[in-house]
Amino acid sequence: MTAHSVHLPVLELNLEDYEYEMSDYEGARARWCPGCGDHSILTAVQRLLAAEQLAPENTVFVSGIGCSSRFPHYLKTYGFHGIHGRALPIATGIRLHRPDLTVFVVMGDGDCTSIGAGHWVHALRYNLDLVVMLLDNGIYGLTKQQTSPTTPQGFRSNTQPRGSWLPALNPLQVALGVTNTSFVAQTAEWVPAHLYATLRAARQHRGLSFVRILQRCPVYSSAVYLEAVQKPSNINMLVHDDGVVVHELDKIYTNQVAHDPHDLDAARRIAGATDRVNLGVLFRDGSKPRYEETRRVPPRTQAERVALIDAELDRYAI
Amino acid sequence: MHTETEARPTGEAGAAGAARRKLLSVAEHTIEIVSDAGEGAQKCGQIFGAVSAKMGNGVWTVEIIPAEIQPPPRVPEGASGYRIRIGSQPVTNWGDATTLAVAFNEQVLLARHRLDALAPDAVLLVENKWATDEDPDIRAAWESAMSELSGREYRIVPVPMEEQCLTLVDNPRKGKNMFALGMLACIYDRDMDRVREQIAYAFRKKSEEIYRSNVALLELGYAWAGEHLDFRIEVEPAPSSGALVVMNGNEALGLGAIASGMELCAMYPITPATSVSHYLSEVFERFGGIVHQAEDEIAAVGVAIGASYAGKVAFTITSGPGLALKTEFLGLAVMTEMPLVVVNVQRGGPSTGLPTKVEQSDLLAALFGQTGDAPHVIIAPATIEECFHVMVTARRIAEAFRTVVIVLSDANLATGVTPFARPKPEVRWQAEPLDLAPVPDGQKAYQWDPRTGLSPRVIPGQPGGMYTVTGLSHDEGSKVAYSSGVHQHSSAMRSRKLAVLQSLLSPPPVYGESKGDLLVVGWGSTKGAIEEAVDRARADGLQVSSTHLRFLSPLEPGLKKIFKRFRKVMTVEINYSDEPGEPFITDENRRRGQLSLLLRSATLVDVDCWTRVPGEPLRPGSIVEAIRSQLHHLHHSPRGGNQS
Repeated sequence: MTAHSVHLPVLELNLEDYEYEMSDYEGARARWCPGCGDHSILTAVQRLLAAEQLAPENTVFVSGIGCSSRFPHYLKTYGFHGIHGRALPIATGIRLHRPDLTVFVVMGDGDCTSIGAGHWVHALRYNLDLVVMLLDNGIYGLTKQQTSPTTPQGFRSNTQPRGSWLPALNPLQVALGVTNTSFVAQTAEWVPAHLYATLRAARQHRGLSFVRILQRCPVYSSAVYLEAVQKPSNINMLVHDDGVVVHELDKIYTNQVAHDPHDLDAARRIAGATDRVNLGVLFRDGSKPRYEETRRVPPRTQAERVALIDAELDRYAI
Repeated sequence: MHTETEARPTGEAGAAGAARRKLLSVAEHTIEIVSDAGEGAQKCGQIFGAVSAKMGNGVWTVEIIPAEIQPPPRVPEGASGYRIRIGSQPVTNWGDATTLAVAFNEQVLLARHRLDALAPDAVLLVENKWATDEDPDIRAAWESAMSELSGREYRIVPVPMEEQCLTLVDNPRKGKNMFALGMLACIYDRDMDRVREQIAYAFRKKSEEIYRSNVALLELGYAWAGEHLDFRIEVEPAPSSGALVVMNGNEALGLGAIASGMELCAMYPITPATSVSHYLSEVFERFGGIVHQAEDEIAAVGVAIGASYAGKVAFTITSGPGLALKTEFLGLAVMTEMPLVVVNVQRGGPSTGLPTKVEQSDLLAALFGQTGDAPHVIIAPATIEECFHVMVTARRIAEAFRTVVIVLSDANLATGVTPFARPKPEVRWQAEPLDLAPVPDGQKAYQWDPRTGLSPRVIPGQPGGMYTVTGLSHDEGSKVAYSSGVHQHSSAMRSRKLAVLQSLLSPPPVYGESKGDLLVVGWGSTKGAIEEAVDRARADGLQVSSTHLRFLSPLEPGLKKIFKRFRKVMTVEINYSDEPGEPFITDENRRRGQLSLLLRSATLVDVDCWTRVPGEPLRPGSIVEAIRSQLHHLHHSPRGGNQS
């Protein structure tokens, strides 16, 4: 690997020739339950970081609260483990001030689609250059099995013991309904090769890449994705040169559906389909305006600012 | 009341006419213009205030704001306008009562009368067209208003404003304010060139034709007053005191934020804070900064925290209800030791409360609003000038102490306008450029100095750091605390920083004698009114002094020592407290003013309070009364002072 240089507003770091390996991104030992889908996602992310050779010091993972939001602790990058539902505003602030940093956001379904739903909708519209992962296990795990917006209707929990009253919220439809959304994909943690390829596509997209990752909770919602896990025939693989193509999975996942991710109407149809689980890039449009670029202003030196303030005070002088 | 059936011409212009005019020379005068919303009274008042400041008078202005954007016409609650207190000395507050008012209808005048805003002998120039309106209800309303006003010794001067304006323009609703400005310019002998200049500035975004029409109406008003009014008022300019600027407190906060080197204001619209972001939205980008209007109050503070985390201290600006929404994030910022500046331009509360009116009711919410133990800094600017400088101080403290700083301004400072010494911005006021040097080997995320709790800040981009900050209780390595003792120690480290900051502060100066019968303690925007009240009380021989706190957390040092030199200590605040002697109220259950609660707990001195929530700034005259009453009690109660 060649020298990796990072351009920063005030100084340039020329890191010595060094090739990052997956182990360079390992933080504290993950404390998720055995069999939790989050382990698989953590591995895919470490693989992605190494593949992209992202300098750990220039990479930030922001999370909210929930099982999945422990994510940053288990990585050796900068991390901000925030508060429930509010990862996206923090990530927005980071990107607005430091476009030189690569920022990932990790949220659970309660985080993203319930308490933080307002931020989610607006973040999609801002379209900052972020990889936003929704680790969707259809249940509140950390607080021990309460219904979340994505819990399937009829699924029993401690807060809805006679089964969830409402049809589950479909995060893909929401994301695809928001003005200025630029990237929406769905993948599953039990298909690691697809997970990795999807995250890589998300990382390479410029703009907010929203990736819903279907994630099993072996303790509280093991039944939620059982059919899709056990029967690959229940899964459609969306394939396209601008999407995700993982040939090593061709033999297992034989339902291959050609889908052009630039076709928003088709993406919305696929998002709403209920017969099978669709994995792949539903939508991408790299031409959507990115907020940090829209709002970019020329930086000022301290001395320039002093002179400008003095001139501004003239307006108020008497 | 003297109602002149028709303002009398003072005769032909020139020496003869001038000789019959009465020239009243006074040290100060308080003028207000009131109208229905949208009739331009505020613009008229702003121009008059700016010209008076430029002519060297001390000036303090206050907006009179109805709660609705478009209240119905001719109703007392729709009164909209501007009050300008001018003096031959610097003016530090809005004073007691208006001595000359211009009203566009009698109903808004009535509103001011009912609020006791008009001095007993005030001169009231009122549009007289309503007296002869074709609608009998309006004529009746006029008669009834005049009868209500006749209970005072007002001098009411009916003025045919609309009739006069119609000689120049088709729609007198637009332009009557310039006629009124012309009258005021004549009465107070304002420099007409400066007035025209100020009109040009105020209407700089409008056409040349609008400027010309406004100036024509101005001159008409000037000429009419010259011919028909038999008095003039002279307020000598204040002694020159170096270069001055004139602005309101929200503009000062915005400019101060720029001068502090902050580059991001994340906000959500809320009265009365929003005008800071209006101002910044206009100019900030030239200075390399942006205003981010977030999707809600919570996101606004979250964005500011993210930006601060990324290395450049950011700020968010809000008012009471917004501060409530930000609470959880403030706890996170405290826990992660994230530098952050939060401006709360206080309004009346609780809940939606009094959105446009001043109150100092958020002190305890700002201090104790977060769950758990969340030590942080609170500073309250006392003047409009301090609104500028507080932002520089707040950012520096936030950064040096890795802490949250809440700046408590209020609606009085936000919309008040007064001249102050022109700041001389310095490079050292600004944040340092980002330093992304590698973190020294072995340095922890929170390398707490065990004595001070201070620790070097690390930001993303610094090799060797790569910490994950968390709102969970954590040790100095930012590792989640699972063992006992960690939370005790980390809590102590976060708390210690406030004691260290306090050790760097000086005791507050005492205004007046350093000992005496009564010490009045204030905070925030009441400083001018309190000190004026102290001056008046001392002139009457009362042994009263005052002191004013800027730091509310940590409190400024030495308070107990200062308090002990007075027989009685009393806070004066614009927040609610139970009145002694009211049903069920006892010394034990009495709910006290917010600062007095803090001072009692910090000093164990029996600090009393006099607080009011009138939805307007405190009047110095009311404070004098409170001082008198407190001293009367002190001298006549068997137990007297409580300091023994």
